[in-house]
Amino acid sequence: MMHEPVNVTPARAPASSGLSPLLWLLVPVAILAMAIVWLFQANPLQGFNNGAPPVENLTIERTILDHNGLRLLVRAGGSDPMVIAQVQVDDAYWEFQKDPQGPIARGDTTWISLPFPWVLGETHKVNFVTNTGATFEHEIAVAVPTPIATSGSLWSQAILGAFVGILPVAIGLMCYPALRGAGPGTMTFLLAMTVGLLAFLLVDTVVEALEFAEKSAPIFQGSVMVVLVAITSFLVLMGIGRRHGTPTGLALATYIALGIGLHNFGEGLAIGAAFTAGAAGLGTFLVLGFTLHNITEGIGIAAPMLKKSPTLASFAGLALLAGSPAVAGIWVGSLAYAPQWTAIALAIGAGAIAQVIVEISALIARPQNQGITALLSPSAFGGLAAGTAFMYTTAMLVKL
Amino acid sequence: MLKWAQTNLSRRRLLGGSIATIGASAICSSGATAQEVHGNHGGSTPNADAATSAHRSAHGAMITVGSVDNARNGFDPTTMLTDWYTGVVSELPDGRKQRSFEITVEEKEIEIAPGVMFPAWTYNGRVPGPALRATEGDRLKITLKNNGSHPHSLHFHGIHSARMDGVPGAGVIDPGEEFVYEFDAKPFGCHLYHCHALPLTRHLHKGMYGLFVVDPDPARHPEYADIAKSRLLGSPENAQWQELAMVMNAFDTNFDGENEFYACNTIAHCYAKEPIEIVRDRPVRIYLVNITEFDPINSFHLHANFFDYYDQGTTLTPTLKTVDLVMQCQAQRGILEFTFKEHEPGLYMFHAHQSEFTELGWMGMFDVRETVS
Repeated sequence: MMHEPVNVTPARAPASSGLSPLLWLLVPVAILAMAIVWLFQANPLQGFNNGAPPVENLTIERTILDHNGLRLLVRAGGSDPMVIAQVQVDDAYWEFQKDPQGPIARGDTTWISLPFPWVLGETHKVNFVTNTGATFEHEIAVAVPTPIATSGSLWSQAILGAFVGILPVAIGLMCYPALRGAGPGTMTFLLAMTVGLLAFLLVDTVVEALEFAEKSAPIFQGSVMVVLVAITSFLVLMGIGRRHGTPTGLALATYIALGIGLHNFGEGLAIGAAFTAGAAGLGTFLVLGFTLHNITEGIGIAAPMLKKSPTLASFAGLALLAGSPAVAGIWVGSLAYAPQWTAIALAIGAGAIAQVIVEISALIARPQNQGITALLSPSAFGGLAAGTAFMYTTAMLVKL
Repeated sequence: MLKWAQTNLSRRRLLGGSIATIGASAICSSGATAQEVHGNHGGSTPNADAATSAHRSAHGAMITVGSVDNARNGFDPTTMLTDWYTGVVSELPDGRKQRSFEITVEEKEIEIAPGVMFPAWTYNGRVPGPALRATEGDRLKITLKNNGSHPHSLHFHGIHSARMDGVPGAGVIDPGEEFVYEFDAKPFGCHLYHCHALPLTRHLHKGMYGLFVVDPDPARHPEYADIAKSRLLGSPENAQWQELAMVMNAFDTNFDGENEFYACNTIAHCYAKEPIEIVRDRPVRIYLVNITEFDPINSFHLHANFFDYYDQGTTLTPTLKTVDLVMQCQAQRGILEFTFKEHEPGLYMFHAHQSEFTELGWMGMFDVRETVS
């Protein structure tokens, strides 16, 4: 019944020429154009003008502190172009420079620089006053110099990244020989544990992505952006992963490593951003916490390969894939990039993690051939609980 | 890890060093300023340049950016200092003088700091309103015309009947209406007037206030006749003085109940960017009133000098002698008298000694010179 009309349509289509359906598009386009012209020319919405000042919105995306003072990247999001007329720091007006000059169009950014002698380790409040007298406050919670990319600083950040990213994954992977003899029960436990830890990471990543999205300019519609990017990343990776059937073994391990790597990139961004914002002094304890927190990730990567025999090189590759993004993350994060970029990176990571959760769950369910109920068997449930509990507990060590 | 800590430490040192340098240069510069400006007098350097460089070195980069379009505002803070509104004088049958003033309420966007517009309510298109000046015993006739969109009034701090008080029910008029306030100018002193329509806070902070100075009549004060003469505008004794009208005010541009801009005569930093020229050997008299809304007090501090202060200006002998700071609550006012006769020429700062007010715009300079250009 339902198929009949569909079959009829193509039969009728060749009767008209191929171009004319497209020509019909001109009608809506022309009407839209006329509506726009009329709106601008006749100003029919004049009646709504009740004398209220324009809506203004200013988001501070980057804050750079150096020995020339402060530099802030601001993004305007008002109904009209915005003019920053004066700038206060700690309730005092300071001379400032705008780059580029002039009003900031909706969605555009401008660098504001002030020769302000900030005080190391203390809080400063920057207050932007627009031409209408509206104010937008930005707090520099703890003033510390913004890291600049010198070979020295890049190197020390790389060491830090290796400690929190590469080292724990490598340590986790080294459990591989010991786990090889695992029976089906242990195997299920380990895989379920991987799902558990990934589930923790998924929630953690999404929450963090939404936090960064909240800080970004409203024009980006942060939370919608995060959800859309995460779903896209999930679908793309699912599509790629399933080109040759459900991934198993080394292929699945690689996807897990990729997901974890993207998460670690986000974690690196957060660490870098935290230091830039002065939110955290770097304690040895904190670094050890991150190391411990991430060891399970290595075990998780190893789990799907226990019945294969991968080469040593693939172990090294997996460790780097999962761990080294932390280094890159810290590098980028320390340069105080705008929050929407961090939100996007984290959202991609969330999608990737969701993909591997699906794949590993499929792997657990397959031998038993009992679908989702496989995850409720004692060993699987124990693994899930152990994975999330371990991640949650070790996360307590590193919460900033 | 260690390396990271070291990087931080070296930056910290570097930064500390640079701040110390900034501090040092600022301290040195205030000493150098006077000489620098003095030196410029001999040369052909325009005064404006000297003043600009001088205020820069005195306050560094901590100042508002740009300049206010006085022409668009319709008033100039420098002209305002000496712009007294003495009214139209006529003689009454009993031989007394009558002074008639006309004041119109007008709603107007004014630029209160470079680039920052404020939707003000004004008397005669300016904030503060015109500085009224009369002599003790004059009959005053002040016509208020309300061209605004809210009820307004003139409430004088002076002695008058209840009917002339400018409070709701006695002289608060609706838009389009007119009212004549009539009373005798007394007591002599430095007073003010303001709108007393409700809510008071809003009407005050929108800009509805001004100076109301009543000069003493020398004939009524034989024991201090010379002093009274020096206070009487138009007398030869008064001509010796350099008199300045100053209203300390502030603006809450985002309407959050806290002021974003503080000033003397409305425009933030106006006398820092355009110092007030003072002839060295002529005495200075300031009619000062505080009308700042939202903050309980304001103050006036003079650098490198001391003054005598006449609280409310209702006495001919100082109520405070030899002070360099005076504190005023809202509507408190007084007269400051001082001289730079013994000083070398140069820029002498004055400001509120609430640092916050100073740094949010209430700061200025006296440019003390041998002669005024």
